[in-house]
Amino acid sequence: MTKWMITAALAALALTTSWAQAQEVKVGVALPYTGIGAEFAQLVDRGMELYLKLNADKVKPYKISLIKRDVKDPGGANAKIAVQELLTQDNVDVLAGWIYSPNAIASAPIVTAGKKLAVIMNAGTAHITTMSPYYVRTSFSMWHAGYAMGEASAKLLNAKTAVVGYTDFPPGKDSLAAFKRSFEAVGGKVVDEIPMGGAGAVPDFTPFFQRAKDKKPDVFFVFVPAGDHAAAVVKTYAALGMREAGIKLIGPGDITQDTKLQAMGAAAVGLITMHHYHADLDNPENKRFVEAWKKEYGAATTPDFMAVGGYDGMAAIVHVVQTLKGKVDSEKALEALKGWKFASPRGPIMIDPVTRDIVMNEYLSEAVMKDGRVFQKVIGKIDGVKDACKEQKIGPCAPK
Amino acid sequence: MTFGVDVASMLLGGVAAGMVLFIVSVGLSVTMGLMGFVNLAHGGFAMLGGYAIALAMRHWGFGFVSALVFGFVLTAAVSAVLERVLYARLYGADELDQVLFTIGLVFMMIASVTLLVGPENQPLALPSFLRGQLDLGILQYRAYSVVLIAVGVVIVAALWLGFERTRLGAQIRAAVDNRRMAESLGINIARLFTITFAFGSGMAALGGGLGAEFLGLDPQYALKYLVYFLIVVAVGGLGRVTGVFYAALLIGVLDFALKKYVPQGGTAFIYALTILLLLWRPQGLFGARAT
Repeated sequence: MTKWMITAALAALALTTSWAQAQEVKVGVALPYTGIGAEFAQLVDRGMELYLKLNADKVKPYKISLIKRDVKDPGGANAKIAVQELLTQDNVDVLAGWIYSPNAIASAPIVTAGKKLAVIMNAGTAHITTMSPYYVRTSFSMWHAGYAMGEASAKLLNAKTAVVGYTDFPPGKDSLAAFKRSFEAVGGKVVDEIPMGGAGAVPDFTPFFQRAKDKKPDVFFVFVPAGDHAAAVVKTYAALGMREAGIKLIGPGDITQDTKLQAMGAAAVGLITMHHYHADLDNPENKRFVEAWKKEYGAATTPDFMAVGGYDGMAAIVHVVQTLKGKVDSEKALEALKGWKFASPRGPIMIDPVTRDIVMNEYLSEAVMKDGRVFQKVIGKIDGVKDACKEQKIGPCAPK
Repeated sequence: MTFGVDVASMLLGGVAAGMVLFIVSVGLSVTMGLMGFVNLAHGGFAMLGGYAIALAMRHWGFGFVSALVFGFVLTAAVSAVLERVLYARLYGADELDQVLFTIGLVFMMIASVTLLVGPENQPLALPSFLRGQLDLGILQYRAYSVVLIAVGVVIVAALWLGFERTRLGAQIRAAVDNRRMAESLGINIARLFTITFAFGSGMAALGGGLGAEFLGLDPQYALKYLVYFLIVVAVGGLGRVTGVFYAALLIGVLDFALKKYVPQGGTAFIYALTILLLLWRPQGLFGARAT
């Protein structure tokens, strides 16, 4: 009798464990948790965790476990190794992460070979999503902001000439190409293009900005990775007296990243950016998101566009898990995400069924002082923006 | 006229950058020359000092100048303790052990700062009189750069006098030139080294704080500018204050000019130039010929 009971208990135990295993979805996260990208990784990571925490009931009855790997740097090689390990050692069901474009580019062949859904939560070089059929992007393409900004500069800011300064790596070149194409299409002229060092370390921007100042353009369009690069850009712009010289500093929202904006202080006032998110956006989802973020991580912290990339990316993964009832088959997961719509803190978003890239609003914002803090005031909005690089099949975005 | 203004602005920018390089690197050069110790954690001390200065200003109500003094003293004290407790054990060790030890120390510094303060850049707000533009007659220029150059000149003069005209300076020079001879003449090398090490780290801290306007301040500071500091020391020669000074100015101005006029070359030019230079003169541009 006792023997029977033990056997029955063991059988029950075996059943529950295998049941639990079937319920668990392993998400492999590849982010630069140490090194220059550490603060970005923290933002995306917190965005993902916050979604899971706020939506625990939407995840049930399944369990999502995050297996985090450090990809260390923007170089590509370490990211490739991390992704390979996530696939072969941890047997993850879904991949997620990617702050830096070179890492997503280097990982593409591994992702393709591993045949797992891979959600890009930041890396913005336009053609990345064409490099693997398993890539889905919940962040942005450089063309979303760059292309929209080119047109807005000429039409709304009445700029005739522009100098473009960019960090010399794939998204920088992408940003330059996007801005130049649309700015020159509406009659503007890019009078100088200045590569300003790499993404691995923040350079002293003085010589590059001195060069830009000497060219006396109407607008100075700058793409640098958000974070410390951006803080240094705004500081140098102010210190060289470029505003007084009548040169407007514009760019994608990386230069006014929410996490850096208050520290920039008065130097940031007047900056004009085109982006899909900042923490001052006025919509109910964003109000809830920002409030929950401050409650979870401290009143002094703020989410930003990277945090939203992680938050929406996790929403996409949860959607897949629910649709497929906890058994994530990659092909079916891709189908589930094509055309997926979500009310994001950045406004309504959709995954383009053709390109697997995001479709979202772009906001033209100006930094102003309000109640003693720098506030991003929306002065223009474009609905449902697609990645222009893939829409117009330009360069590496053209289907092979 | 415009050409003159162009060159002047380039020189001002380059010299200001060179001053920061000098202030950080001078300690590295002297300690390397003195003990032949390869201290790759030197940039780490600059980072720690910069943090002390930024945090003192933001949280403890220090002014810019008093925070600089505080950062200097604190970093010098911390480094003196580390020197006695850790570094002193490795003076006889081979170079690989020294390199491994100091690199390990850098990683620990980076990890500790990330853990305690966070991975993000530390803003260091300059007092209002150092911000904005200064009218120099023929051109307007960034006030801070001009002040930094003046401060740099004062520091160089003070260091040169200390090095050339004081007993301690003479002892350091003697020890750099011939350590065994200096030791046999009764100079206490261990004590001398602790003093110069602490002073050099304090200078690095000062450089970390003064240079934050250009170089920023985050945990990675300890590693990402190390190459520049090492280039300055290699070009300037070991244990030579004036050599390091000329080298820092040369690198600062060259780097600035190359970035301004040929940005397409990226940041690679300066490395290529250094390689060529060291092939031509392995002891550095201003170093004494190896005997």
